[in-house]
Amino acid sequence: MILSVRDLAKTFGSIVAARDISLDVPAQQTIGIIGANGAGKTTFINMITGHLRPTKGTIRFEDRDITGRPSREITRLGISRSFQVAQVFPSLTVFENMCAAAAVAGGTGGTFAGLLAPLTSPATLKEADATIELFRIAPYRNALASTLPQGVRKLLDIAMAVTGAPRLLLLDEPTSGISVEEKFGVMDVVMSALKSRKLTVLFVEHDMEIVTRFAERVLAFYDGTVIADGPPAAALADPRVQALISGTKPTGAALHA
Amino acid sequence: MLSRAHIAGVLAFAAVAAVAPALPPWFVSLATIAFANALVVLGLIILWRAGLVPFGQALFYAAGAYAVALISRYTSWRDVFLLVAIGAAAAGLLAFLIGFLLARYRDIFFAMLSLALSMILYGILVKTESLGSTDGFNVEPGTFFGYRPRGAALNLALFWLVLALSAVAAFLISLYFRSVAGTLAVPVRDNEIRLEFLGVSVNRLIHLKLVISGILAGVGGALAALAVAHVDPNMSYWTTSGGFVFVTILAGAGSVAAAFVGSLVFELLRSIAVDLVPGTWQIILGSALLLTILFLPEGLGSLFQRLRRAPQQASPEKA
Repeated sequence: MILSVRDLAKTFGSIVAARDISLDVPAQQTIGIIGANGAGKTTFINMITGHLRPTKGTIRFEDRDITGRPSREITRLGISRSFQVAQVFPSLTVFENMCAAAAVAGGTGGTFAGLLAPLTSPATLKEADATIELFRIAPYRNALASTLPQGVRKLLDIAMAVTGAPRLLLLDEPTSGISVEEKFGVMDVVMSALKSRKLTVLFVEHDMEIVTRFAERVLAFYDGTVIADGPPAAALADPRVQALISGTKPTGAALHA
Repeated sequence: MLSRAHIAGVLAFAAVAAVAPALPPWFVSLATIAFANALVVLGLIILWRAGLVPFGQALFYAAGAYAVALISRYTSWRDVFLLVAIGAAAAGLLAFLIGFLLARYRDIFFAMLSLALSMILYGILVKTESLGSTDGFNVEPGTFFGYRPRGAALNLALFWLVLALSAVAAFLISLYFRSVAGTLAVPVRDNEIRLEFLGVSVNRLIHLKLVISGILAGVGGALAALAVAHVDPNMSYWTTSGGFVFVTILAGAGSVAAAFVGSLVFELLRSIAVDLVPGTWQIILGSALLLTILFLPEGLGSLFQRLRRAPQQASPEKA
């Protein structure tokens, strides 16, 4: 198991954001996470990546306890993430964004000696261009990140997360903000790139068609915990999932609009 | 590693060093202070590229100056290389310690906290009778590996020292700008969350930048103390810090050479303004700053870059 989570919980005062989450993830599995807004999906991702410290429970990654470690340390151990709102460096070009990511990948960003090493090592430049090719954003290589279309911006965000050879990648709504026509194209590029790097992937997604098409396993979140866990067909057919997530989705969206 | 800009820099410093004996003494003194201050400005540029403006960099400048002055007062050490090294180390250590606090702040909070810390040092210096209070105290003339020049020869020797150290600093900082830490300055300004999730400690990165800029300010202060042969609390006053910020805006963050040119222009402008209108010279400096911001928002350095870019534009097939 690459990731093992036991009894994970997070409370903010009297609000329970996550509770009783226990699950195991085998290496190279692709998992879709579904659930209405506020169901605890992002809280779950934030706890695994160290952005939030769990109130209770343990997280083990590659047989190492990482519970409550700071995010940059967890990143260096091999867990990477992308964001719901793409996080890139707007005043750098796509290539420069990738160079920055590649230069600090593999832990050099954590030490003074690593920080003082020259940026433009051949390995860094090669890694930057290879990842640009992998995510098919080469036509935008020299464009400023602030000028990119939303879909390319999301691809860049994920491409940056993939540099430095992580083993586990968490994608928070990789298709949010992308038009319906573009969604499948973007996910095709992302998923084939991640497969070629043999990554274990957890992705949060609202579009059930995309989940069915790309996930090998589905985790359905409701009220801070996992109410269904299994292959997409089985998980989406679960009566509780149909009643609480697929069925009430318009209501949930209206509530949080 | 040596680029055309490096070679041009070495030639420029060597040319100035060669003609120095023929230059009028007032200009040598002025340029000595200008280049010592340019080292402080280099440190400001490092922070500025990451979106941080220290309004209290005079703290490290004064620390370097007083370290040199105290050593020369209480010991028999006079060697300028040793004294400057001690000044640099004192300011660097201070920056390292303060960095644990300062590196956690950004924007106006960083600027004001830095200002507050420099004013604390100012307050201490003003209140300490044994350090000469507001009058400060004199610094003994330095020696150069046993060579003891006096008068004009001393001024010339100090100018050469400043030139040599400036050349070394300019070279090292130009390498630094191409290092991981140097190039990550824009990402720090742009998006800290992304950097943290790439495994970078942004606070540690800023801490490193603070220590480097502190050392540079310490060297600048040490050289200024030797050149003026006197230290006083004004070296840590906020107007001194303001002057460094002024020159940084004038020079721009784009080039290492601009720090030196900018600092020289600033000192020349100030002495001409004081000569012309002794009572209201600040008006001339203020107008110069205004014009810079209006017409040259990226500073004098952007002029060099335009020059460098121009030949490339003329031959597009190269691009």
